[in-house]
Amino acid sequence: MATAQDQTQPQRPAAGDVVVSARDLTRRYGEGDTAVDALRGVSLDVRAGELVAVMGPSGSGKSTLMHILAGLDTPTSGTVEIAGTEITKLGDTDLTRLRREHIGFVFQFFNLLPMLDAEENVVLPLSIAGEKPDKAWLEELLEKTGLAKRRSHRPSELSGGEQQRVAISRALITKPTILFADEPTGNLDSKTGGEILDLIRDSVDTYGQTIVMVTHEARAAVIADRILFIADGLIVKELTGASTEDVLTVMSSLSS
Amino acid sequence: MTLVALKGLLGRKLRAALTAVAIVLGVAMISGTYVLTDTIKAAFGTVFTTVYKNTDAVITSKSALGNNTNNNNLPPSFPASLLAKVQGLPGVADAQGGISDFASLVGRDGKVISGGGAPSLAFSVHPHGDQHFNPLTLVSGAWPVGPHQIAIDANTASKKHYKVGDTIGVIARGPEQTFTVAGVVKIGGVASLGGATMAIFDFPTAQKIFNKVGKLDAIDIAAKHGVSPSQLVREVKPLLPANAEVRTGQAQAAQATKDTNGFLSIINDFLLAFGGVALFVGGFVIANTLSITIAQRTRELATLRTLGATRRQVLRSVMLEALVIGTLGSVAGLFLGLGLAKGLNRLFVHFGIDLPQAGTVFATRTVVVSLAVGIGITLIAALRPAIRATRVPPISAVREGAVLPTSRFARFSAAAALLTIGGAAAIMLIGLFVGGISTTDRLLAIGVGAAAVFVGVAMLAKTLVPPLARVLGWPAVRIGGAAGALARGNAMRNPQRTASTASALMIGLALVTLVSVLASGLKTTFENAVNSVFTGQYAVTATDNFSPISIASANALKKVPGVQVVSGVRAGDGKAFGSRIGVTGVSGDISKVITVKWQAGSQAVPGELGNNGAFVATAYAKKHHLTVGSPIAVETPSANTMHLVLRGIFAPPKGGSPYGDVTVSTQRFDAEYPNPQNVFAFVNIAGGATAANTAKLTAALKTFPDAKVATASQFKKNQEKGIDMLLNLLYVLLSLSIIISLFGIVNTLVLTVFERTRELGMLRAVGMTRRQVRRMIRHESIITALIGAALGIPVGIVLALMVGKAIKFAAFTIPVGTLVTFIFAAIIAGIVAAIFPARRAGRLNVLEALQYE
Ligand SMILES: Nc1ncnc2c1ncn2[C@@H]1O[C@H](COP(=O)(O)OP(=O)(O)O)[C@@H](O)[C@H]1O
Ligand SMILES: [Mg+2]
Repeated sequence: MATAQDQTQPQRPAAGDVVVSARDLTRRYGEGDTAVDALRGVSLDVRAGELVAVMGPSGSGKSTLMHILAGLDTPTSGTVEIAGTEITKLGDTDLTRLRREHIGFVFQFFNLLPMLDAEENVVLPLSIAGEKPDKAWLEELLEKTGLAKRRSHRPSELSGGEQQRVAISRALITKPTILFADEPTGNLDSKTGGEILDLIRDSVDTYGQTIVMVTHEARAAVIADRILFIADGLIVKELTGASTEDVLTVMSSLSS
Repeated sequence: MTLVALKGLLGRKLRAALTAVAIVLGVAMISGTYVLTDTIKAAFGTVFTTVYKNTDAVITSKSALGNNTNNNNLPPSFPASLLAKVQGLPGVADAQGGISDFASLVGRDGKVISGGGAPSLAFSVHPHGDQHFNPLTLVSGAWPVGPHQIAIDANTASKKHYKVGDTIGVIARGPEQTFTVAGVVKIGGVASLGGATMAIFDFPTAQKIFNKVGKLDAIDIAAKHGVSPSQLVREVKPLLPANAEVRTGQAQAAQATKDTNGFLSIINDFLLAFGGVALFVGGFVIANTLSITIAQRTRELATLRTLGATRRQVLRSVMLEALVIGTLGSVAGLFLGLGLAKGLNRLFVHFGIDLPQAGTVFATRTVVVSLAVGIGITLIAALRPAIRATRVPPISAVREGAVLPTSRFARFSAAAALLTIGGAAAIMLIGLFVGGISTTDRLLAIGVGAAAVFVGVAMLAKTLVPPLARVLGWPAVRIGGAAGALARGNAMRNPQRTASTASALMIGLALVTLVSVLASGLKTTFENAVNSVFTGQYAVTATDNFSPISIASANALKKVPGVQVVSGVRAGDGKAFGSRIGVTGVSGDISKVITVKWQAGSQAVPGELGNNGAFVATAYAKKHHLTVGSPIAVETPSANTMHLVLRGIFAPPKGGSPYGDVTVSTQRFDAEYPNPQNVFAFVNIAGGATAANTAKLTAALKTFPDAKVATASQFKKNQEKGIDMLLNLLYVLLSLSIIISLFGIVNTLVLTVFERTRELGMLRAVGMTRRQVRRMIRHESIITALIGAALGIPVGIVLALMVGKAIKFAAFTIPVGTLVTFIFAAIIAGIVAAIFPARRAGRLNVLEALQYE
């Protein structure tokens, strides 16, 4: 029997379904002589329950790719499908609705609202959508992210790691089809960063959450099921189940 | 550093422009006021100089009580025999007598042609012979000749489409008469003296219709060649009766100009006061905007400090920025004032004050004062933010999320605020209640006190914002959902900022509340007074509700079948115990239509006054130690002294006495005053106030278009129209400061949106629609405006309570309906202020916003 929750939030797709599919993406910034081709023909598929890392040197086009996949930016050419919907032609309202229903974000700078406490920040996407949080799910998330005791603290009273955990919970609360994380550990020390990576991995293993994570750190990339290496706007290599050494080898070959 | 400041300003053009607006409007009000009054003064000056250009000396009638002409108190005319004596003087080449009086023109619709508050003038001309004394010039037609011709002013002719050969009605003494328009004239080169209508008759006709046969109001004199005007004046002086005076033509023009300038100075000061209020509010807006900008530039300022900039340099760069904004804003305001002068004039015309206009006068003083005040206010407002900017430590340059250090005194702010409010209230109370201070000092104390009250409340506002926002934001949360809840959170997030923004609006709303509460008090007391005093069934007043009306109209009503009583109150000027007083005249039957309480005597007193009886009010009796039987000597404008005996003392109700300081019998009044008129009359008729009776009475007044009948309740409403008119004028003028405070809200919101760019990007990324973003900004704006109302309305009520106590007679009533309207107005103001910032916020590119630092 379907609950109210199920009507507004899509069921998770079955593991293995393609949830994000990009074809021949190009992205050009500027015009004429000064034009920069940030993406030069990228295609990829992300399957449900997968943790995909996108790696590459600085300026290679990682963020651009992620922004286009998430519908925040429009490609110069190419198509993106999320949960079966082609998104590159959608208007702002439809895109917003798509983000509400299907996409979660974790940013490098945690981007929490300072006047809301941790719990309020977590349920923010639901409040915006005018929905009530699933109490059990919220409790489970807060428990999992270790925020249960800090739930009524404001961001200014939380450490960087705690703030990022709030941000991750905020992304997970809607059970998005796909969660995008751009350098989620970029602003944290290595110990805290490690805890955050554990949490990301855990959410894939425990809840089957699909995640695309952009990073330039090898130790972040290795938690992924699959690593896409990008250089000069092209996917140049793909590794599955890679070790830190493998990653470092590929990276050093890319930057040379 | 100078370069940094200027470059920075250029980089923040929108912010600079929004800040300058606060100054532009206030300065425009100041410069507009000066331009308007200077222009009008110049116009009057030119007119009067032209009018007297061929007159070496002029004899005019004067009131023995001093110079103060209005419809009520025409100075008594002097005997025409004086003309022959003047003509016989050795220094006189030529002299001509004239009549001047008041007469209303009646339009084709049977209604009095209103001069928009300006008088309805009447003059005589000598149609034959050369017109060198004549201040009028013919535009078309000829001078009027004989008992059926008239000339009218060009303004009325063009506005009401009269041309030579048309007929027009005139009310001089008694019922309307019709005349044929023989000519259309200008006076001193202008079509109208500030909207005054003019009726011009030939000399004998004028004497006849104003009951002045054998009398004159003025003699124009030309000197023989070689006789100076002052010599001429010396020659004439010994011939003059007590109620006439002589001046040189120049002096007369100067006197006339001075009389009008006195009135214009009041208008000038009145408008400047509103300009001052607007600038005061503008100062708040500027201080707040600069504070926000400086807070946002903490990192930049700190970087400058690490690069070796001294505190002095930081201070200077902020002050320089303010100087540039102040100067640009003031210059813009100065020129906007030219346009505003026209707007103000139109406003006054709308409210019945039509002033003459000639070429626009843009005096150096206007430029100097406007710039000095505008720039001065900006610099003063910038001082606090600038000093705070100097306290940014260099370390902030490298710290993420560094904020401006709070003031060392922040902890004591609530106490300091309360202290300020207390001190301010004390200053106001001194101004309001302590005796023995001059009016100027009194007004100064009240003004400074009120300004300080506002500053104090603004200081306290910071403490009040969180609880107020919580309560006032409740509807936002209910209506706006998540957007509303976030709006409330945003409003509470930086209480200082919300407080300062709301405080600017608080000032305007407090002043609007003050005047509305006072007006409502005035109306209530007035109504109570009317209810208790006037027991007649109908009132007869002028169509404009305040001019005096002819006795003939009252007499016409007496003939209406069924009428039992028609009794009027005459009014004029007098002098007793060394000061000017109002004298009224009544007959015995006034007691049937006006009831007052008697401390000595009874309702029978008015009927027992006889030739030398009088009655006064309790306060007057007490002041001059009068008891029944006391003698009172009242000097009349004709330089006669009435020796009266006190017959009764009445206690007028609060809110207005139906009688003047001293009341005599109608019979005595009519003997002493050359042109007796009623200020109002009351009628009792068999059957009381019914539609049929109203129709009968109105019909009887058909030939008196200047008079109208009203039932007691209509009469009250009509009399309150004056209060409403003034109230509306005040609202319009105060709206300027409210508009400025709206710009303050716009400013804050724009800066806030700018500051929260990344946050807005995140909200959009997690699913907030553009509409929700706009709604969030709008609700924050409404909450801020409501905080302004929540602070302003109570402050206004308290101020009204204090002022009301000081002007004693006003009852204290709170016009709940009006105040609720103000709250709605504040909500609408909030919505309007949010339009632009909300659009900007809604249009933010999500991706750029997310990457924004
Ligand atoms: N808004 C933009 N305008 C112009 N060039 C851009 C913009 N955003 C990114 N680029 C350029 O596109 C390339 C890829 O950038 P980005 O996707 O941010 O790389 P990464 O995230 O891998 O560091 C870079 O050369 C960058 O300079
Ligand atoms: Mg990047």
